[in-house]
Amino acid sequence: MRHVWALVERELIRFLRAPLLIIFTILGPLLQLVVLGYAFGGTLHGLRLAMVDEDHGVQALRLRERAQAVAAGAGTFEAVLYADEAGALKALRIGKVSGVVVIPRGFTRRILAREAPQVALVENNVDRFVSSALAGVLKELVTGLDQVQVTTTRLPAGVALAVVELYPFVPYVQYLLPGTIVLAIFTMVMLGGAFAFMDDKVLGIHEGYLVTPVTRLELVAAFDVSGAIKAVTAGTVLTLVGMVLSGVPAPLEPVRLLQALLVITLTALALVSVMFLLLARVNDPMVPRIASMLLNTLLFFPSGAVYPVEALPGWLRAIAVVDPFTYAVRALRTLLLQGAGLAAITPDLLVLSATGAVALVLSAAVFRRSL
Amino acid sequence: MSSAAAIEVEGIVRRFGDFTAVDGIRFSVAEGEIFGLLGPNGAGKSTLIRVLTTLVPPTAGTARVAGCDVVREAAGVRRAIGVIPQNMTSDRELTVRENLSLFAQLYDVPRRRRPALIAELLSAVQLTEWADKPVKFLSGGMRRRVEIARGLVHRPRILFLDEPTTGLDPVSRTAVWQMLRQLKAEQDLTVVLTTHYLDEADALCDRIAIVDHGKLVALDTPLALKASLPGDSLVEVSFADPPPGWVERLRALPAVERVTGEGRAFRISSLDGPVTLRALLGAAEAEGVHFESLGVQHTSLDDVFAEYTGRQLRDALQEPSARESAVMTAKGRH
Repeated sequence: MRHVWALVERELIRFLRAPLLIIFTILGPLLQLVVLGYAFGGTLHGLRLAMVDEDHGVQALRLRERAQAVAAGAGTFEAVLYADEAGALKALRIGKVSGVVVIPRGFTRRILAREAPQVALVENNVDRFVSSALAGVLKELVTGLDQVQVTTTRLPAGVALAVVELYPFVPYVQYLLPGTIVLAIFTMVMLGGAFAFMDDKVLGIHEGYLVTPVTRLELVAAFDVSGAIKAVTAGTVLTLVGMVLSGVPAPLEPVRLLQALLVITLTALALVSVMFLLLARVNDPMVPRIASMLLNTLLFFPSGAVYPVEALPGWLRAIAVVDPFTYAVRALRTLLLQGAGLAAITPDLLVLSATGAVALVLSAAVFRRSL
Repeated sequence: MSSAAAIEVEGIVRRFGDFTAVDGIRFSVAEGEIFGLLGPNGAGKSTLIRVLTTLVPPTAGTARVAGCDVVREAAGVRRAIGVIPQNMTSDRELTVRENLSLFAQLYDVPRRRRPALIAELLSAVQLTEWADKPVKFLSGGMRRRVEIARGLVHRPRILFLDEPTTGLDPVSRTAVWQMLRQLKAEQDLTVVLTTHYLDEADALCDRIAIVDHGKLVALDTPLALKASLPGDSLVEVSFADPPPGWVERLRALPAVERVTGEGRAFRISSLDGPVTLRALLGAAEAEGVHFESLGVQHTSLDDVFAEYTGRQLRDALQEPSARESAVMTAKGRH
């Protein structure tokens, strides 16, 4: 143990003398949390919607008034009246408007005659966010019109779905927070662990260790423990700052923070052990740099950090199953946003612990105690 | 010098793929000896040191260091040796004291003994004033002294130094030499060092092994190696217009043992430099032969190296190393 502690102490002295490493490791994920969280979490405003009224009837006028009400209220779009469909479509193609609503001739008559009237929405489906938002708002408007008719005809009402939200409104920035914490842990594992390990190897510092009586297991344990301590520091700082920034209620609740610290520690140990297993026999300093870029994408996105795992295609879900990020993100989300206790995340903690232990044993077996 | 062997090397071979870096080298080093491995870059010196310090396993052969086999009893070897590698590998961000403390812990020096030991070592390498400065602020010579102190932190019986003065200015080199002599005298160390500096080998080593292309080509004391060459002086001379048969005239000069060279430049080995030189000047004047250049020197290790390897060490240092050549050849084949 003395040897392990001596090597860990050396790493920590260096770590504390490199504040830039700490700042940049935390700043990157934090920036991502704020930018991505607020960029994806917002609602659309100020779109321009072309309206072509070929009907000029009472119901068409009601629809146009409702559209104007959206502009005045939620502000999702501003309705711009076009004289003919051709002009409106041209405006759509050149990007002056985001969609075209055509109220066809006979629209009012069809409503009154209950002949399933239709309104056409021509959308720019290159931008799926915009087109789905427009379609959603318009469906509400038209459904409103339709319901007036339904009410008067006394048709049986459809099955109603009552939605009860279990938690207060969770903005996207909070949904993104657990993934960002895991990303900060991963970034420190790479910068403070893998890169530092490889730089020491290239500079010959490991050569100095190898001629001493330190054993192979002690060397691997020291690399793992020091890398994990750095990564836990990054993860903890990001948890605290991220919870405050994203507005998670009661961010400093001590029991929850201690539970989060446990998840962060197991995540750090799992990631750092896997990393050293991958690098145990690598001598090229470019490898961890390239691996960092690839793994960042490969581990972060399928993990449910930005989008639910259940929405992913099969092959990405397969990656999510073997991705330690998945279990860490789920455990942190359950703890931080759902307020559940350790019992709820025990399976995730077991997976993270097993990953760390197996990778440590394997890397100790693979690591060569020679040049 | 004690007669017990500190190091015994028996037919060590080390291959890297097709390339043989060390090719069947055998020698022994007595306790208390300063033993030099001399040769150009790529000769196999560093690989041999790495085998002896357990960093690289041998492909064939055996070696015992401090009585322990370098493969089967590597832990015993590591406890007995101090290693100062070719590259300066102290942590630049840590202070001198922190570097020494780290290695004292890795060598299991008891906590209570560490402060006094480190203070003593700092004094020995004259770095007491710099003890709490990060290594990155030290000059090359000072950093080399940190490495030497680091290698001695557990009072090893045998110290390995791989090119300890490469890259240092002449003043720092001399300081390192003095330090090594002093340490050896005070601590009864056995020292093995590699170098491609002839003056370093000559000044420091009790015995020198000349290594070239992975093989041991000569091994003896510096004096004996120089004495193994004909003559004790070497006259290097070139003429503007040597007449036919001039080389025979040179061979007939008094005290001449051997004449090499052709055309206008010759190397004359002489048992008595001044006598040969006077006769040479007389003969040239009598024949009307003009000198282009003339120099006389005592036989040096460079001459020894040239004798055993067929080329000057300074020329060998300009060549790509054997390993580089092997790599270039391999690349050329593709």
